[in-house]
Amino acid sequence: MANLKELTHREDRLAGGHRLCAGCGASIAVRQVLLGAGEDPVVVGCATGCLEVSTTIYPYSSWKTPFIHNAFENSAATISGVEAAFNGLKRAGKIDPDKKVRFVAFGGDGGTYDIGLQALSGAMERGHDMVYVCYDNGAYMNTGIQRSSATPKGAWATTAEVGAAQAGKKQRRKDLTQIIAAHGVPYVAQASVSHWKDLTDKAEKAFNTPGAAFLNVFAPCPRGWRIPSSATIDIAKAAVQTGFWPLYEVEDGVCRQTVKVHNRKPVEEFLKPQGRFKHLFAPGNEALLAEIQADVDRNWDALMARCVTE
Amino acid sequence: MPEHKTLAATGNSVVAEAMRQCHPNVMAAYPITPQTTIVEEFAGFVAKGKTDCEYVTVESEHSAMSACIGASAAGARVMTATSSQGLALMWEELHIAAGMRLPIVMANANRALSAPINIHCDHSDIMGARDTGWVTYFAETAQEAYDNTIMAVRVAEHPDVMLPTMTTLDGFITTHSIDRVSVMDDATVAGFVGEYHPKNALLDIESPVLHGAFAGLGGPFFEFKKQQRVAMENARQIIKDVAEEYSALSGRPFDVVETWGMEDAEVAVVVIGSTAGNVRHVARDLRAKGQKVGVVKIRVWRPFPYAELAAALKGLKAVAVLDRAESFGAEGGPLFLETRSALYDAAERVPVVGYIYGLGGSDVKLELLERVYQDLSDIAAGAAAPSGLVYLGAREEA
Repeated sequence: MANLKELTHREDRLAGGHRLCAGCGASIAVRQVLLGAGEDPVVVGCATGCLEVSTTIYPYSSWKTPFIHNAFENSAATISGVEAAFNGLKRAGKIDPDKKVRFVAFGGDGGTYDIGLQALSGAMERGHDMVYVCYDNGAYMNTGIQRSSATPKGAWATTAEVGAAQAGKKQRRKDLTQIIAAHGVPYVAQASVSHWKDLTDKAEKAFNTPGAAFLNVFAPCPRGWRIPSSATIDIAKAAVQTGFWPLYEVEDGVCRQTVKVHNRKPVEEFLKPQGRFKHLFAPGNEALLAEIQADVDRNWDALMARCVTE
Repeated sequence: MPEHKTLAATGNSVVAEAMRQCHPNVMAAYPITPQTTIVEEFAGFVAKGKTDCEYVTVESEHSAMSACIGASAAGARVMTATSSQGLALMWEELHIAAGMRLPIVMANANRALSAPINIHCDHSDIMGARDTGWVTYFAETAQEAYDNTIMAVRVAEHPDVMLPTMTTLDGFITTHSIDRVSVMDDATVAGFVGEYHPKNALLDIESPVLHGAFAGLGGPFFEFKKQQRVAMENARQIIKDVAEEYSALSGRPFDVVETWGMEDAEVAVVVIGSTAGNVRHVARDLRAKGQKVGVVKIRVWRPFPYAELAAALKGLKAVAVLDRAESFGAEGGPLFLETRSALYDAAERVPVVGYIYGLGGSDVKLELLERVYQDLSDIAAGAAAPSGLVYLGAREEA
């Protein structure tokens, strides 16, 4: 795996000057993931969303690599088609059989957990030689912070409002990483923009794995989470340290924790700095907070039970 | 010289054969009745090593067209096939394929749309896709389905067109009936369609390009749409040029509007798809009885052949239009609306009657078509045209 010095020599394939917000987790995730591709050429696909609209405003492009956007729910299917073309053109003698190209599809949690789940599941099951990367910021940020199935329980969103009758989103978030792991694809990992070495290592592994690989990357959204744009990395780190977002990988079915958390902090440390959880700390919501903590504990225990001990 | 072989084969079987002969690099498809035998036969070619195509067995039609778009943007020659609900599920992607100017070729087995669910022929599916920006052929027979599929590749990939193209055939009637079909040898077809030389391919790694840019408010969206219009207009002549070249090989004539008995006809039926054969059969019988009747068949639906249709119908005393699809709330079915529009500039007004027939595979009996010609004769003799749309053969108490 490349060290920091080596990574600094690699070309940044997402150019600066794009229109994403200051502190956006998505662009950090993309740059770190693409560093993991090393020197190999990469074709990027991207679902409709913040990342796509902010980097592809005609006639400009922030992508120093071939890029395709098709629609919202089909980034996985689109890139599977590009990969199929690569194989078909090789077989037809139109591409050098030794040529190496990497294929990666990006999507936000809306485009991945929700509307793109079927296309993702299909592409993973078919085993295309591709990496799918979800940048998970826990809501439909591009359309204005609507709740998704990745939105945490209790979070405020514009379609999970806070009022006398409701304290934000009522449901638990979906565990997409486990869903994709259950597909039996050779490499699945959960990563965070706060742990760059862990993320670039996982990206490198994902790119080097023949067949389908999936990365779920925690990518805070300052606008949607109601945090200062300088707090992106701190909040992401708190998610890891509280066990809200454990860092692990599932390689050929073997689950391994990649960043150990020795003294897991209370989930409040992740929730409290964020405006979207502010109401949870008002009197009367203690039970809900306890429920959220209990969910984190249960998920953590279940994951630790699955992980190999080293 | 081309070698011709005569087969007894279904429409689907020869569409699959035509696709194989055109050497696609990628097929991404999802099964749906009555398209299934196309994708099954093609899967057989893959298994037997008769094609080097990458066959992607996607999990839905939406992903089928999504993968086709990715593959086509990557620089591959790409084909697929669908029907009915599948075409409807692709709707979003049909527009995107056209807007991204990707020359994908797709066969559609024309079938009714739910509800109620019905797997049989009508044109609701394909007429629902009429404004998606695809060049669209209709086949009357398995032979036409074979010929249209091969010509579609050349039209789609023509540098002045670069639009996705559909080759459609009527569900079960044409897809599954065994018909006499003449196919050409592989080398002749390969030579006719030629190699595809994509521009701006994603897999041209050394010259990175971006497909699917954001062209929002103030962007060039409007101008891109105008370019699509120009490309579709260009297709008018290119369809004819390609057909002329193809006819020289196949020995089979082609026209965007094909006529029968129109030299001295006083009345005519305008029809699209497999029913054209039934109409000709009835017209032939009526001709034998001395009636001056004709048949006008539309073979290319998009771009719609307005000028050719208007010329064919010029000076008639009455025209019937048979629509196998509804356009609820409109004055008639899609073909009726186009026909009336085509005739608007005619110096002399031609009475046009709209008939809806055969929805959900409802039987097209010859006596129903005889009734249509009877209506036309009555109008020609001075009777009033039926007011409004006629549901041909619908049971009163259904």
